[in-house]
Amino acid sequence: MIADTIIFIFLIIGLLFNALGVLGLLRFPDVYTRLHASTKATTFGSIFLCLGVVVFAISQYLGTSDSQYLMVITHTIIAVFALAITNAAGSHAIARAAHRSGQKPDPVVVDKLTEAGL
Amino acid sequence: MIPFIVTAFVAFLFYLVLVVGSGSVLFWSWEEIIAGVIIGLVTGVIARKIFCRSENYRMLHPVRLISILIYICGPFLVELTKANLDVAYRVITGNVRPGIIRLHSGMKSDLALTMLAHSITLTPGTLSVDVDGKNHDLFIHVIHLDEGVEKKEAFEAGEIFSYMNIPAWIRRIAE
Amino acid sequence: MTDIFMIAALITAVIVFGALVRLILGPTNPDRVVAVDTINTLTVAVMILLGVVYQQYIFIDVAIVYALLSFVSTLYIAKHIGGEL
Repeated sequence: MIADTIIFIFLIIGLLFNALGVLGLLRFPDVYTRLHASTKATTFGSIFLCLGVVVFAISQYLGTSDSQYLMVITHTIIAVFALAITNAAGSHAIARAAHRSGQKPDPVVVDKLTEAGL
Repeated sequence: MIPFIVTAFVAFLFYLVLVVGSGSVLFWSWEEIIAGVIIGLVTGVIARKIFCRSENYRMLHPVRLISILIYICGPFLVELTKANLDVAYRVITGNVRPGIIRLHSGMKSDLALTMLAHSITLTPGTLSVDVDGKNHDLFIHVIHLDEGVEKKEAFEAGEIFSYMNIPAWIRRIAE
Repeated sequence: MTDIFMIAALITAVIVFGALVRLILGPTNPDRVVAVDTINTLTVAVMILLGVVYQQYIFIDVAIVYALLSFVSTLYIAKHIGGEL
């Protein structure tokens, strides 16, 4: 019963942050600020959705001691790590490519990268 | 010879993590352990030059491996949570004042620079855009710069993290 | 018990349509890549949730492989946009 409540809270947090990430993707003015919203918020939301799955698997394992739930736990944790690392590296690559393709940040107060001329 | 042993052992451990819960020897069955040994040896032959490219084994030290886990579960999680509350606030109010700044990272090895760039991307209001290969400076897109801060020529690595001292942790882990 | 996972997967699938709007509207190519990256992340989450709903835990392995392959595709599209390919 406690496990149900924890799963419910984790899923609510995850869905809320996923929705905020997509809302920011629709709302922000240029590509760099959109990257802020999509990278951080959807990574955090997906981590919490996966934590809900992990808590479910732990409660099932303690109830039934069926060893396939151990596999669910480890594989979900590996998926979370793959997601976090690849999202950070992918957003870095997109930001670098966008700047190289000549798209400058639109509302901007300072741009040291254009001044450095790399 | 050492690169082969290290790669084979890491591949064997990773295979064991993937097939946990298959049998009765602790958590594994004998068949899966034998298959893991064979797969580890084959992977060690194929990938030894890619996996141990720098010929530097300081990351095998157990203190460093444990401190990576402590770093992810402690300071990094705090900064990640704060980053998401910050992004939620910016999404709802639309209050942004973006800019790209230069940051003196002060890191010497490539691994430490990679970890710092990833940490910057997943922490409040900052996103790493490009790297200056000569002196290991990072260029960072900040979503909200305070008034007057944009006059500064360069930032130090400790200034953009508010609660935790992330650069000191990374230096302790990877250098 | 697994009903709430089904509901969460359905809501996430609805959220994906918001990113699809940005994919269609997006004024420039980098905007579209950002939208595709967001859709990939949400797809991984939906796969893990559906794996629990249908008791098919092989879906989680598929989700890991999908995350890594979508990362490779994002890197290649980014290199193409940056003019290095």
